[in-house]
Amino acid sequence: MTELRIEGLSKRFGTYLALDDVSITIPNGKFVCLLGPSGCGKTTLLRLIAGLETPSEGRILVGGTDLSAVPSHKRGMGMVFQSLALFPHLDVAENIAYPLAIRGTDRATRQATAARLLDLVKLPGMGGRRIHQLSGGQRQRVAIARGLAIDPKVFLLDEPLSALDAGLREHMQIELRQIQQSLGVTTVVVTHDQKEALTMADLVIVMKDGKVQQAGTPMEIYHAPANAFVADFIGNTNLMPCRWDGQAIEVLGHRLAPAEGDRIAAAPGLAQLSVRPEHVEIAAPGTGFAAEITFIRDLGESVHFVTRCGAQVITAQVAPGARPPFGVGDAVSLSFRPGKRVVLA
Amino acid sequence: MTHLAEPETAVPRWIALWPALMLGLFFLVPFGIMLSVSVAHRVEGGFFEPGFEWASYIRFLTPFFGRVLAVSLGISLAAAAICVVLAFPFTVFLASMSRSVQTRVLVVLLSVLSLSEVIIGFSLSTLLSQTAGIGNLFAAIGLIDAPRAYTPSLFALLTGLCYLGFPFAVLVLYAPVSRLDPEIVEAARVMGASAARAFFGVVVPLQRGALTGAFILVFVFTLGSYLLPQLLGRPGHWTLSVHITDQAIYQANLPFAAAMSVFLMLVALALVGLASLAGRDRGAA
Repeated sequence: MTELRIEGLSKRFGTYLALDDVSITIPNGKFVCLLGPSGCGKTTLLRLIAGLETPSEGRILVGGTDLSAVPSHKRGMGMVFQSLALFPHLDVAENIAYPLAIRGTDRATRQATAARLLDLVKLPGMGGRRIHQLSGGQRQRVAIARGLAIDPKVFLLDEPLSALDAGLREHMQIELRQIQQSLGVTTVVVTHDQKEALTMADLVIVMKDGKVQQAGTPMEIYHAPANAFVADFIGNTNLMPCRWDGQAIEVLGHRLAPAEGDRIAAAPGLAQLSVRPEHVEIAAPGTGFAAEITFIRDLGESVHFVTRCGAQVITAQVAPGARPPFGVGDAVSLSFRPGKRVVLA
Repeated sequence: MTHLAEPETAVPRWIALWPALMLGLFFLVPFGIMLSVSVAHRVEGGFFEPGFEWASYIRFLTPFFGRVLAVSLGISLAAAAICVVLAFPFTVFLASMSRSVQTRVLVVLLSVLSLSEVIIGFSLSTLLSQTAGIGNLFAAIGLIDAPRAYTPSLFALLTGLCYLGFPFAVLVLYAPVSRLDPEIVEAARVMGASAARAFFGVVVPLQRGALTGAFILVFVFTLGSYLLPQLLGRPGHWTLSVHITDQAIYQANLPFAAAMSVFLMLVALALVGLASLAGRDRGAA
């Protein structure tokens, strides 16, 4: 079993603390996304797992074995780098079989493995091509195939899809996830793209300033964010300062009684209320929050009404079929759907 | 529109005429004169008169000058090889240092370029001499019994040529080596390559073009050296350049000197062509 355990891992670069006492357990065969803004320590964590950096404190265990004393080239991991790091002096098949060549595998096995992996990444018969003859998406596939050549214990990917354009990226996310599921390899992907994380991952680990903010399934992270940072980083949300007094939520001059399904993740006192745009209802002026529409963004698939409620900007999202007949400058009344409100520290 | 506009460039095309004119005037014309002198008739005890004869070239085909040519090329090839073998690991190491250290080291290397061949030659001949050289140091610490001279010798000559060529080799290698994606080496490491294997299996092949460039530059550069072989080498190490000078200035045999120069240039061109052919990146097409 290749469960990946990280225990109290810290990394200092001089006085800068890049990773601060991180502990995670990744079960065998799971697909994990390390998600966070740049500088949050996610790449450092990946490089520590790969053995490209030495931890300042803590341990990394794969299948129960402590990797502290194991150098990078003996860890038996597969890795896809952000720049892909394909070798231009080797052809596609030689690139893919490079880890096997290093291990002294015979030529026939190397060729068979390269051919099998090329089929897996949907590039059959491309083994003889040179790297510079491939498109960006094809290079991406070759890098993935190369990372899988030795049946790695853990498959690591550092922002693997960031160089692709949007359409191809979404396509590759699905394909990468399917490849991972068919092989059942424990996989860790670093990304700053929350959609990518939600598309691919069994487990999303949201990081900020070298600390884990929340670890959970994509839907836990989306619907039950642990704090305001996670709520804001995953998907769009309206964050409003509020006061939770143990009985009701005081926000923008209104008192809201918590309903079934509302989450209160803060001690009584000053807090933040998070309501996703799709849970903000917009109606003609009435008893809700009085607001004024400042901008309408029609994306075809959905319509966003950007409104101003005093100094607070609140966005409401509605389906195009249910678009209310309001225009910019109209006064409206907003309400937050009961059961979809989250109070965060 | 049937007329295809010429692609617009930032610099007008005619500007290339200027260097072309200068090259023609100061390189091709003198080279033509040298060619014509090389086939001119030598007047014994005098100078030369215009003519067309192969006498100078035929004289060149003697075992003596064949050996001189072999020595010249051998010394330059050896110096180029030593320089590249020293400069490459040095440059890889340099590129891994911080920016400010890199700048300082490069400034020191550039300042070495300001030293003339004369200064380098005399410094080395002093440093390797019996009376004031490192032989005294070796004797003092008991490595050898009595101080001895290490010059003139092939070792002294190669040391001098490498001192001259090393900064050039580093400067040629520096840009491509510092552009090398560090993830390439890391990728090789994660995939199981030891540090040495990653270096020889990935870094060296990727830098083949730059290594060839550095090799050719040092080779051509040391081929023209005529002071160091006289200062630091024995007469047996005299290079073709020394003999050309000897013939042109002391023997007053300009046709023969010109013929040797033409020949040296052709051989050098052939070697450079061969080397760049061998160093061509298979991936670039």
